[in-house]
Amino acid sequence: MKRSQNAILFFLFVTGVWELCARLGMWSPVLFPSPVEIGRYLIESVRDRTLIEASSVTLKRLLIGYAAGLVVGVPLGLLTARFKFVQDTFGTAALGLQTLPSVCWVPLSLIWFGQSEFAMIFVVIMGSVWSVSLATSAGVQSVPPIFVRAAQTMGSEGLHTWMRVILPASLPYIVTGMKQGWAFAWRSLMAAEIYVTVLTGFGLGHLLHYGRELQAMDAVVGIMLVIVVIGLLADKILFSPVERFLHRRWGTGED
Amino acid sequence: MSLETESGMAETSALEVESVSKSFRARRKTMQALDNVSLKVRRGEFVCLVGPSGCGKSTLLNIVAGLERPDQGNVLADGKPITRAGADRMMMFQESALFPWLDVLGNVMFGLRLCAGLNGKKRREVAMDYLKLVGLEPFMHANIHELSGGMKQRVALARSLAPNPRMLLMDEPFAALDAMTREQLYGDIQEIWSQRKKTILFVTHNVREAVCLGDRVVLFSPHPGRIQEQFEIDLPRPRDINSVDLAKHATTIMRSLKRILRPELQEVAE
Ligand SMILES: Nc1ncnc2c1ncn2[C@@H]1O[C@H](COP(=O)(O)OP(=O)(O)OP(=O)(O)O)[C@@H](O)[C@H]1O
Ligand SMILES: [Mg+2]
Repeated sequence: MKRSQNAILFFLFVTGVWELCARLGMWSPVLFPSPVEIGRYLIESVRDRTLIEASSVTLKRLLIGYAAGLVVGVPLGLLTARFKFVQDTFGTAALGLQTLPSVCWVPLSLIWFGQSEFAMIFVVIMGSVWSVSLATSAGVQSVPPIFVRAAQTMGSEGLHTWMRVILPASLPYIVTGMKQGWAFAWRSLMAAEIYVTVLTGFGLGHLLHYGRELQAMDAVVGIMLVIVVIGLLADKILFSPVERFLHRRWGTGED
Repeated sequence: MSLETESGMAETSALEVESVSKSFRARRKTMQALDNVSLKVRRGEFVCLVGPSGCGKSTLLNIVAGLERPDQGNVLADGKPITRAGADRMMMFQESALFPWLDVLGNVMFGLRLCAGLNGKKRREVAMDYLKLVGLEPFMHANIHELSGGMKQRVALARSLAPNPRMLLMDEPFAALDAMTREQLYGDIQEIWSQRKKTILFVTHNVREAVCLGDRVVLFSPHPGRIQEQFEIDLPRPRDINSVDLAKHATTIMRSLKRILRPELQEVAE
């Protein structure tokens, strides 16, 4: 309670100082919009639905791409950890590709898929899949062998051991990889949306891009705020519950 | 179970280890962990394995558990060759090896979930029975990291017992515990053993512990791992680890153990 109070007070203070500076006219309003103007823009664009539509377009791309990234990344990580051959081939590839900033997938994706919805989704997949897969395989390799042996003497074998022992035992690693994958995916999607217009849908990145073209600083800052809020919400909704579970069960960290 | 199968089983030993050898290769050197080891264990017998570090006690237990295969020799459980790990021979380790992603009840249920022919309700009942038995019923929803070392081993014991294995393989299960907790667990394990008629193979470094628990103490010697000597312990039960009679037996075994260790000590001194 105390902590959120501190946060609220801090942001109220910052907003107050900001508004004051804007009122005093220290800089041109074109460069330095006041919080009130930004708020007006946000309300206006929610009312005419541009902001809502852009957010939903962006979130849809992000969620579909990210889900696909997980669906491919986790099994790939498991296979990498299980089979030496996959480790030497895909594992090495994943290691290399993970070092590639995921924005670099944008040109390739555009050439392959054109200015289409899938081009955007592909960028998100490439942003998340390698981190998730590497973290999964690192997680599996870190599972204490004694867990597997204990499970085996209780009659667990094969797929059961993988699903009920190795996978849950590597959960802390996998979640870390999922968070990293999310961060990469989110950043690369924003870059892609700012970089190129896709006619099938205008995301937040496009809105930001047009804000710049129109020299509408209130829109630019407003959309930036929306992007921040989406990032925070995603963290709260997607990852916080899992992380709380991990902390509680494993007894790591404290909340 | 019918009388016929009962008596049929009584004829075969619970466990027969026949000239088992096992070696490991590590850094170009071959390590003979077990050399031609033979051992017969009666049904319901409590056998303790003692011996210096590295004499192959854990290796033997792993082979009996089916977690490792012998290079040579046969191992029969109830007259049938052991080909893989299975819930009829439950292993307990020095570290509890409890699963941190499950709570206490979830851990005890893990093995039960693999038993065919039990519905969810029955499984839960059985798990609760065993938690009661080890006195941890109030902690059924606790997380593993919230338990003390002694409580963890108790949960591990309940987890091993719940699927009703015929044999318990225990590899220094109490080594990491303090003396007080250990003495409590000696009581628990003897009670469970006598009530539920388990065959137990129990590895320990502590000779007194072995004498306190075992019907028989098997002394191993290292490099290569062999059975050196066996001691029948015919003390009445329940046994108190601090009793004088028990100490006498322990002294005899300790003397043999020292004889095994001495050549090594001399090697070190040279
Ligand atoms: N997986 C393995 N790889 C290589 N060598 C091994 C392996 N397991 C055991 N050994 C070797 O086999 C020998 C017997 O080991 P084991 O663990 O059975 O001994 P132990 O009697 O249980 O010893 P301790 O009392 O210290 O637990 C040791 O010399 C050990 O180095
Ligand atoms: Mg050992």
